[in-house]
Amino acid sequence: MRLHPERGLGLSLRLVLALAVLVFFLFPIYWLAIIAFKTPEEIFAYPPVWVPENIQFANFLVLFKDGDAETVFNSLFIAGVSTVFAMLLGTMCAYSIARYRTGGNLFSDWIISNRMIPPIVIVFPVFLLFVTLGLVDTYTGLILLYTAFNLPYVIWMMKGYVQDVPLELEEAALVDGLNRWQVFVKVVLPMVRGGLFATAVFTFVFAWNEFIFALILTRNEVTTFPVQVTHYFGGQSNFWAKIAAMSMLGTVPIFIVVAFLQRYLVRGISLGAVKG
Amino acid sequence: MSRLDIQGLHKFYGSMEALKGIDLTVPEGEFCVFVGPSGCGKSTLLRTIAGLEEVTRGTIAIDGEVVNHQRPRDRNIAMVFQNYALYPYLSVFENIAFGLRARKAPEAEVKRRVGEAAEMLGITALLGRQPRQLSGGQRQRVAIGRAVVRDARLFLFDEPLSNLDAQLRDGMRAEIKRLHHEIGKTTIYVTHDQIEAMTLADRIVLLRDGRIEQQGPPLELFEQPKTQFVAGFLGSPQMNFLPVTLEGGAIRLADGQTLPAPPAATGASGPMTLGIRPEHLSRSTGEAGPTTGRLDALIDLVQPTGTRTYTQFRIGDVEVTAELPAHTVERPGARLPLSVDMARTTLFTADGRALGAR
Ligand SMILES: Nc1ncnc2c1ncn2[C@@H]1O[C@H](COP(=O)(O)OP(=O)(O)OP(=O)(O)O)[C@@H](O)[C@H]1O
Ligand SMILES: [Mg+2]
Repeated sequence: MRLHPERGLGLSLRLVLALAVLVFFLFPIYWLAIIAFKTPEEIFAYPPVWVPENIQFANFLVLFKDGDAETVFNSLFIAGVSTVFAMLLGTMCAYSIARYRTGGNLFSDWIISNRMIPPIVIVFPVFLLFVTLGLVDTYTGLILLYTAFNLPYVIWMMKGYVQDVPLELEEAALVDGLNRWQVFVKVVLPMVRGGLFATAVFTFVFAWNEFIFALILTRNEVTTFPVQVTHYFGGQSNFWAKIAAMSMLGTVPIFIVVAFLQRYLVRGISLGAVKG
Repeated sequence: MSRLDIQGLHKFYGSMEALKGIDLTVPEGEFCVFVGPSGCGKSTLLRTIAGLEEVTRGTIAIDGEVVNHQRPRDRNIAMVFQNYALYPYLSVFENIAFGLRARKAPEAEVKRRVGEAAEMLGITALLGRQPRQLSGGQRQRVAIGRAVVRDARLFLFDEPLSNLDAQLRDGMRAEIKRLHHEIGKTTIYVTHDQIEAMTLADRIVLLRDGRIEQQGPPLELFEQPKTQFVAGFLGSPQMNFLPVTLEGGAIRLADGQTLPAPPAATGASGPMTLGIRPEHLSRSTGEAGPTTGRLDALIDLVQPTGTRTYTQFRIGDVEVTAELPAHTVERPGARLPLSVDMARTTLFTADGRALGAR
């Protein structure tokens, strides 16, 4: 295929522009990543080392040897379990609200309004509660808290998706011989699969990034990854190598999750009913 | 094969009474059609039979067993929905097999039955596809397949053809009728299309505003309507309704012309409505007789359809349509003597009841 000269020019202009935008957005990530692989000398070198001579993994090894990397697994566990809980509970609540108008018309508005309270406002009462219940610095504590935090969001989102499921599909299944619970599992869940994944991603990311509560409600047993990173900002000096390496470790899971579920994040891809 | 008995059925949505006392018996193997204008309660009645809506008062019995409080799944009914209700995430095979799997049928039986149903409906080649890869007509076949594959006691259809284009609809209509002959299951079919009702039904149940206006075989409703509503609902083009005065065995029209009264009118008098079907008006060949009336018509609109020509004229301020053979009238403005077969007309009293109706 031969391009028209003008179109060729327009095309190359567009490509150059796209490249510029790409560099603008990707460079910080590149820089962070590359620091994680640099030696201390390279990190502080001036002029900066744009491309390190040889990639070395010492920064990561230290994190694993000292046990710092465990915080990533803490985060993974807490965010993962709380996401599963929030999704399970929230989707059932959403179904109930959407189909049985549980709690009346304003109930779901009230639920989502809970999500709008600035978290810092309730840190203190929650802390006292956790102290009383012995939940401080436990997995259970953070999992419960994140589940509770995410529930309103999950209910709100899933309610919308459930309402989009044509009632006929559920009725056909009821007549065909399923009970309500089976209808939920075999018809509603497959129909809202796209919404389920999209909502789960945001729920997971929230729990993954949550900082204030993790900082205040944990000591050193179940430190999460964002809290751990702050330990490297010292009064005297900052441990750039550790900050960078830890940040990389903390970004990779999110990157995988988002890449894996990316197509569900586009809300437009809803399965929709088959109509005539 | 099962028999359906409904007695004194009332259904309220809040304070809105959607069904106002339905009594209905559908014998084994019958094809029963619910027809009526939009909002008359057809779907509501069908859905209470399926168990998708609760009954407020009255009983529904299948084979003599009251099912009011049974869940839909326990009634063993199959239903075809207006929008097909196919599961987009399942293949055609799995869609048809859905009801069998829900009832835990063994795999070999599922295979056999789905195969048979697909064969019957001519969709064997589509079994591996996804619903979104099907045309509207094919989806409808799959939806019907889902119903026939099960050994249900009753088949319910809620306006299954209303999403198809006219040509496809005619084909599917014939197919549904053939299917009913083959399977012989008691079937209830909802439509607001009177032609569909006439062609499919063993029994038409004509609903109006939550009540049964009249029920019976299609031709009985057509030829002996009990009310003006029934007469007007069935038949296309619609029956002509003329305001008349009945006195001394003669019918006086608004423009002064007179017609002999039909036998059913004996003894009655006063203002009435005369119902004449367009096909019972014909070009007059002779004088008026005791059962043949004569009308003078000044034609103002001619609509040929090929075999028949719809011809319109006015009597008083009512537009009257006559269905005449082609070439009877060539153009508007012509004067045409018409004869009326009075034995096939119906007189309605002011409250809309047919004179002589039992
Ligand atoms: N869920 C509901 N809540 C309240 N009113 C309802 C509900 N479903 C139906 N109705 C009312 O009950 C009446 C009968 O409705 P139905 O759906 O049975 O009519 P239909 O004869 O099937 O009409 P159509 O030909 O338009 O489908 C209507 O007046 C309708 O507004
Ligand atoms: Mg309806």
